[in-house]
Amino acid sequence: MSNSVIINKYTNPQTFFLVALRILLGWYFLYEGLVKIANPDWSSFGYLMDSQGIFAGMFQSMASNTDVVTVIDWLNKWGLTFIGIGLMFGFLTQLALFFGMLLLVMYYLSHPPLASVSYVLPQEGSYLWVNKTLIEIFAMAVLLVFPTSHIFGIDRFIFKSNKK
Amino acid sequence: MKKDNKNKDHTTPNTSAQNIGRRDIIKGLAAIPVLGAFSYAWIRKNRIDEKFRKQMREVVHLTSQPVEIAPSIKDGKPIRLGIIGFGIRGKQLMRAAGFPEPSWIDEQIQDHAENKRNTNYESYMEQEQLDIEVNGVCDVFTVYSEEAALAGSNVNREGAKGKMGKAPKQYRTYLELLDAPDIDAVIIATPDHWHATMAIEAARRGKHVYCEKPVSWTVPETYELVKVVKEKGIVFQLGHQGRQTESYTKAKEAIEKNVLGKVNLIEVCTNRNDPNGAWVYDIHPEANPSTIDWDQFIGPAPAHEFSLERFFRWRCWWDYSTGLNGDLLTHEYDAINQVLGIGIPGSVASSGGIYFFKDGRTVPDVLQVVMEFPKHELTFLYSATLASDRSRGKVIMGHDANMEISDRLVIYADPQSTQYKEKIESGLIDPLAPIYAFTPGKKGADGFATATEQYFASRGLLYTYRNGRRVDTTHLHIKEWLNCIRAGVQPSCNIDQAFQEGISAHMSTKALLENRRVFWDADKQEIV
Repeated sequence: MSNSVIINKYTNPQTFFLVALRILLGWYFLYEGLVKIANPDWSSFGYLMDSQGIFAGMFQSMASNTDVVTVIDWLNKWGLTFIGIGLMFGFLTQLALFFGMLLLVMYYLSHPPLASVSYVLPQEGSYLWVNKTLIEIFAMAVLLVFPTSHIFGIDRFIFKSNKK
Repeated sequence: MKKDNKNKDHTTPNTSAQNIGRRDIIKGLAAIPVLGAFSYAWIRKNRIDEKFRKQMREVVHLTSQPVEIAPSIKDGKPIRLGIIGFGIRGKQLMRAAGFPEPSWIDEQIQDHAENKRNTNYESYMEQEQLDIEVNGVCDVFTVYSEEAALAGSNVNREGAKGKMGKAPKQYRTYLELLDAPDIDAVIIATPDHWHATMAIEAARRGKHVYCEKPVSWTVPETYELVKVVKEKGIVFQLGHQGRQTESYTKAKEAIEKNVLGKVNLIEVCTNRNDPNGAWVYDIHPEANPSTIDWDQFIGPAPAHEFSLERFFRWRCWWDYSTGLNGDLLTHEYDAINQVLGIGIPGSVASSGGIYFFKDGRTVPDVLQVVMEFPKHELTFLYSATLASDRSRGKVIMGHDANMEISDRLVIYADPQSTQYKEKIESGLIDPLAPIYAFTPGKKGADGFATATEQYFASRGLLYTYRNGRRVDTTHLHIKEWLNCIRAGVQPSCNIDQAFQEGISAHMSTKALLENRRVFWDADKQEIV
């Protein structure tokens, strides 16, 4: 939480929009996680197999191993859920942001929006290099350098002693 | 940045050490109302979804379980096979029976190395071993005969460097193979003009038969085959592997439960657009009059001088072939006969021509066949082209709903349906969304797979690979035949089904060639 020591003064609107952005991202992650947990048929398999770009081979070889797919499924379901809770409640927020960004980077690398590729899974917009995943990664990076969970969030209690 | 302006101290937590103040609690748990809203939305959404599913299950009450594959009967006694014909289909059948050519295995390994998405090799090696021995092979082209012997010895399904088992005997003629005492059953994958002749001779010798479609080349031999098969009591399976397709089984269930209402029109088709699909197969470089037993190839067909084209592309000539009717209409017909039990049509009309592949062939490359089934009050429409592969589905149309069958099965309610009228009016059923969707390998079957799932499933990317193993239907069809031999019963595409298939195809050909509508006299069991 060293950043928070450096940037510890926000205006009201700054605080409001930073916290709101964090909560919205939390909602998004939480729902993505829960919806996968709730669907017994959900698997990352199809998504991994649909990978393109230079890392496609790596993701597809992950998909070819059933045990690996099981682990990836589990990490996605519970990872997304806990990251969602973390962001929403400002709970271990920096950690949640870090792992959230890591997941998103994986999604981005497996499905890069390159001019030369197309996916089985249709996208609801058209993207060139920059897509929603990339913007989300950067939104999370902003939250990482402008922390708010020590203001509005459970981290307020956890890291209290450090802030003296 | 207006940092200096109106700075409020939001950032420093309450440092009064004794206790956590009310202000702290509020700020710490600021997201509680958001979680409340989330929970409300989540519960509400699930409730709506569940209510919808429940109501829809009442509308389309099909079992949601995947179709079970019957286990193999293990009696410890291998069935001893003979293979007649080792061309394109013969090779596929041998693979499906568990005897691949070593070179094919090497190709699959290579393909997987080049493209990780290609999991053919893995799927193939998971294919069940069927407890059979290949004791004899026969092909009139010596290269194929040797390849067949090599495949027959590939008991461990290995590549060229693998260890082979004992090679089966290569027979010069099919009759010698059929006379061999160490052969219990034969797979026939020769050109059409030989199917029934060979099957009859096999049955006469008490050998069980798996015969490629169509069942026969002429009408009279069709009757003869039925007679001999029944007299001898052998187990006969016609090679319509579609009998093993899960979605067809589900379609049959939907018909039985009257999901479609009164079925009145069936549309099936063939769409191909490449030389291979139009039967312009490669000519083997080692083929010549000394490596091909031309007289034996001709057999019951009209005499003709040696021709490599006719040997490898025999489907293009009526002299050996049954054209689109025997090759491709039969698959479509058998699929529908399996689902609806339509039997032999009351009448058939047909037209078509050689419109694209003007390569000397005598069979049409564009063909329409209209079969009327007055007893079932429905029309079966077959439309084929070998020169456009615009995909047209296999569609069964009823008054209340229609279904499209492929590997998947999708049913849509008809906007003008009587059965679903109220539910459409109340908004429960949207005629634009499926009321039922079956995807092979998926545990549940309903109309609510997410868009993502639907897309992945339609590309075969999902369940068929993951939960359900991806199984070759030809393998299952051979397995069923072997199980029936062991159990002494008849399989799904038995001689009665084969007779219906054969007569329907012959009626179509007759209608085309005689340029008239032909009828089936059910009392006399004759085409008139």
